[in-house]
Amino acid sequence: MDAEIELTVDGRRRRVSVDTRTTLLDALRQRLAVASPKKGCDHGQCGACTVLLDGRRVLSCLTLAVAQDGAEVTTADGLAAEGPHPVQRAFLDHDAFQCGFCTPGQVCSAVGALDEAARGWPSAVTTDVAAEPELDRAEIAERMSGNLCRCGAYARIVDAVQAAGRDGGAR
Amino acid sequence: MRPLDYRAPADAAEAVAAVAERPDAAFLAGGTNLVDHLKLGVARPGLLVDVTSLVPVEITEQGGGLSIGAGVRNADLAADPRVRRRYPVLAQALLAGASGQLRNMATTGGNPLQRTRCAYFQDVSTPCNKREPGSGCSAIGGVTRQHAILGASDACIATHPSDMAVALAALDARVRVLGPGGDRTIPFVDLHRLPGDAPERDTVLEHGELITAIDLPALPMAARSAYRKVRDRASYAFALVSVAAAVDVAGGVVRDARIALGGVAHKPWRAHRAEDALRGATTTDDSYRAAAEAELADAVAQPGVDGGNAFKIPLLTRTLVATLRDLATEEA
Repeated sequence: MDAEIELTVDGRRRRVSVDTRTTLLDALRQRLAVASPKKGCDHGQCGACTVLLDGRRVLSCLTLAVAQDGAEVTTADGLAAEGPHPVQRAFLDHDAFQCGFCTPGQVCSAVGALDEAARGWPSAVTTDVAAEPELDRAEIAERMSGNLCRCGAYARIVDAVQAAGRDGGAR
Repeated sequence: MRPLDYRAPADAAEAVAAVAERPDAAFLAGGTNLVDHLKLGVARPGLLVDVTSLVPVEITEQGGGLSIGAGVRNADLAADPRVRRRYPVLAQALLAGASGQLRNMATTGGNPLQRTRCAYFQDVSTPCNKREPGSGCSAIGGVTRQHAILGASDACIATHPSDMAVALAALDARVRVLGPGGDRTIPFVDLHRLPGDAPERDTVLEHGELITAIDLPALPMAARSAYRKVRDRASYAFALVSVAAAVDVAGGVVRDARIALGGVAHKPWRAHRAEDALRGATTTDDSYRAAAEAELADAVAQPGVDGGNAFKIPLLTRTLVATLRDLATEEA
């Protein structure tokens, strides 16, 4: 069964016909030629497909495109529409990647994570779950645990996210 | 993947009717487990009925407790100030599960209905009584590190994977369900089943029944509650064992307790025996250990090619003792 849906992808309205079995990730990559979200595991375990859906970080590989009719999708590419996003700039400044395959997902996840922290959301390592969390290294590592990096750039990813958070990089 | 119809009805009653009339129909909410199962071939529905926009997405005050709409995302529930203050065990359990991305997707109604992560269940090339009734159990005698020590059967030794469900079992939550014949309310501890000889049925829900909300009763002792999870890596992994506990302590005595265990059974395991052992006991490690031993008296370790899961019995004992000790010494 095919369905006609409309998505706003990185600020552009796109109409596309998709098979109902198509994931948002495949709709972006295969139907709309938006290649910034990557297909790593395709099972929700690696985070390479992370995008911002209506402003929140999600896994595009575990979302059916047909269920997102009308949604606004922002990829790492769209974050750079007016030059590198502060999080992307921090990844460059801190050398927070090697091969780069996981980076678009890491960047989208970091933008989402910083926004969540700015709203005072706790995490699994927050000592007092009722209090406002302090975004230290342990907090950042926990909040980014859904994004794997095969090259092992984790230490510098934490540096970059921490720096972007200090500079108000959630926006 | 077989061809798939998709419908997004206007209201919950229409969604229930749409699923009820087709045996191969399923509800779609956050999709984090179901979409994966479509790819793996574990689930093969012919129709998905999307309920994300037609179940409640609010958390409302109700009789001193909270009513959580089935559409509330796990991330929003964990961030809710009322949940964090009045039911910290629930916020902690939610935050101990999955990743930030998944918690933004997964819903209150969908999370308890996620299916076991038993590797054999997810591998369609292996026999599995839960996936294909009567085909056999590949886990028995296989790799059993993640498997049950309580309430298992000869047909299935799988564990329920949800962290949130363990907290809800401890908190005396109730599940509101809409079905073809009307609505009903189920105590959360009765939502999930033990496998027995029908492990293909995870819950008591009938085909077409939709969770619309989960209610938390007023439970003052839950302000002093916690979730403790032990797993093979520090984050983003399922529980080997976990403990959800709330206590009411005064003057060195446990007046009351609510305890549920995760990672050990086909359902979130409400630990009534441990609670009974604790009522009136002193706030000492000896009391906590006795409570754990009372609960685990009937535990049966699974042998396995990986060495089996006998480690879970002492691990869970220590985890329960540590959780209760921390709670009892917490500043009121």
